Amino acid sequence: MNPTFTTITSSCVPLPMENIDTDQIIPARFLKATDREGFGENLFRDWRYDNEGNPKKDFVLNNPKYSGCILVAGKNFGCGSSREHAAWAIADYGFRVVISSFFADIHKNNELNNFVLPVVVTEGFLQELFASIEKDENTQVKVDLINQTVENLSTGSKESFDINPYKKQCLIDGLDDIGYLLSRKEDIEKFEKENNK
Amino acid sequence: MGKTLFDKIWDSHTVNDIEGGPSQIYIDCHYCHEVTSPQAFTGLRNRGLNVFRPNRTFCAPDHNTPTKNQDKPIADPVSANAVATLTKNAEDFGLKLFPLGDKKNGIIHVIGPEHGLTLPGKTIVCGDSHTSTHGAFGAVAFGIGTSEVEMVLATQCILQPKPKTMRINIEGKLNQGVGAKDIALYLISKLTTGGATGYFVEYAGEAVRNLSMEERMTLCNLSIEMGARGGMIAPDETTYEYIKGREYAPKGEEWEKALDYWRSLPSDSDAVFDREITFNAEDIEPMVTFGTNPGMGMGISQKIPAPPADEAAKKSFDKALEYMGFQSGQSLEGVPVDYVFLGSCTNGRTEDFRQFAKYVKGKHKAENVTAWLVPGSWSVIENLKKEGIDVILKEAGFELREPGCSACLAMNEDKVPSGELCVSTSNRNFEGRQGPGARTVLAGPLVAAAAAVNGVISDPRK
Repeated sequence: MNPTFTTITSSCVPLPMENIDTDQIIPARFLKATDREGFGENLFRDWRYDNEGNPKKDFVLNNPKYSGCILVAGKNFGCGSSREHAAWAIADYGFRVVISSFFADIHKNNELNNFVLPVVVTEGFLQELFASIEKDENTQVKVDLINQTVENLSTGSKESFDINPYKKQCLIDGLDDIGYLLSRKEDIEKFEKENNK
Repeated sequence: MGKTLFDKIWDSHTVNDIEGGPSQIYIDCHYCHEVTSPQAFTGLRNRGLNVFRPNRTFCAPDHNTPTKNQDKPIADPVSANAVATLTKNAEDFGLKLFPLGDKKNGIIHVIGPEHGLTLPGKTIVCGDSHTSTHGAFGAVAFGIGTSEVEMVLATQCILQPKPKTMRINIEGKLNQGVGAKDIALYLISKLTTGGATGYFVEYAGEAVRNLSMEERMTLCNLSIEMGARGGMIAPDETTYEYIKGREYAPKGEEWEKALDYWRSLPSDSDAVFDREITFNAEDIEPMVTFGTNPGMGMGISQKIPAPPADEAAKKSFDKALEYMGFQSGQSLEGVPVDYVFLGSCTNGRTEDFRQFAKYVKGKHKAENVTAWLVPGSWSVIENLKKEGIDVILKEAGFELREPGCSACLAMNEDKVPSGELCVSTSNRNFEGRQGPGARTVLAGPLVAAAAAVNGVISDPRK
């Protein structure tokens, strides 16, 4: 069963860096596995652990102050490789939402296909949220998919975010694209015939 | 109103538009490697599905492959398993495989065009962001995630929001010693790594028209590094000449029919792009990167810029320079080099090795440099041998390895050790990309050759 999504209120894990690429989210040497499980262990591996595998104390995932199922990251999150392992790692770690002011295209699709909601906010909202979390690590954020709003509950700042109606419904119902495509097989065969494919 | 090259191909492959949602796009050609496909095949098995159109998927292992002794079993059992899994999946589902060690094997983005599978007007996908390479032929080619690989295997379609279009014109003639890699690194440094996100880019203008097919592939390959969904170049005589006679290319009457279609593809003169930018070729010099994303690049004669004023951007900029061990105001010329990597889907083709060889001919590799020269395919190796380039390289102290992605992302044993500096012709200088702690300076084959011979980063024009 796929997870479903309506509203989430949670504290956040902040990563105020720009251009976080998918090699940082999950380094290539961990892409050799042939299943989808367990990638959360190596999420942000080289920022999170030293060469001997000891947790780096100053990295946010190793700081018990920060928790929650919302990851907040700087502009251009997920740039680089198309590896869906990055989205698997984020989902497997337990994040349901990633908030940033800008996402790379392929990674954004990968998150959506794994029922992680990428929420695009303005740079102002993002920086204010980072400041709120710095002041109080328990800052709560409410993400309402039905009404497409995101709210910083410590300041009351609220924004609406975009998501196409099809993907929105997929998240609400826990449906994936492949189910949709499989239901369109006749259309595909007709298209092939008409276009000499 | 006229149509763009991109729109012509996209529209003719749209099976259905979902209201307020993505388009359902038919995929003509699907490339598959061992890293991003196993979970998709597992998905098919779990759903009890077959591959819908097995003749449209082509598989090759390339990421986990060693670059020495490919005739022997892969030493790393996890890599061996990844490659074996692709072989089994291809066999079980009846897909064409170019197996490890086979003379048709190589990096998927190098062999697809070599075999004549990449053709103008096609929609091409692969679970790999550098699928944009194939846009060089006037195809709509882009990288996808593994869930989408499964969709293509199951239905030959994926759901994609239609991207916006951007045309980048490079007018005028390139300076001597400047190539496609330099154009790309220049564009990314101007546009940033997110500057073309949401767009499909068409490259045009005199300097682009004058590029060879292999150079066009290098340019389109790097489109993703500025965030673009893909990059493409209108097909022309250069394109047709490259394709003609290749194994999977149309032949005889089919060839004539294909040519007619391909000639209809270039953007109409009155086509309007969502964004259009023009650069002058004369402004571009050999490029190097100084930071930890491909947008942090500069001309080799320039100095590392001051940090940006914006606080959030400055933080990332400072972190990148700290990782690289560089400072603002510093020139990279003269910086000692530990490793040189020539290869990858960006610069692993015959012309790249020709350029490198031309520079190192009669010179010798610097003592302090470990050089990995990894051709993109067996066919590239064959060309190099035919032209005697292997001999030139050997005399200069270099050795050709066997094909694969290699040190571009260090999934095999070709890892740059922590702290060491590598001048690399690959596509990404992300932290740890070439091995944990490795420091990468991206450049074209000529700058790489100069670094390999001089032992320090140097301007190949001097």
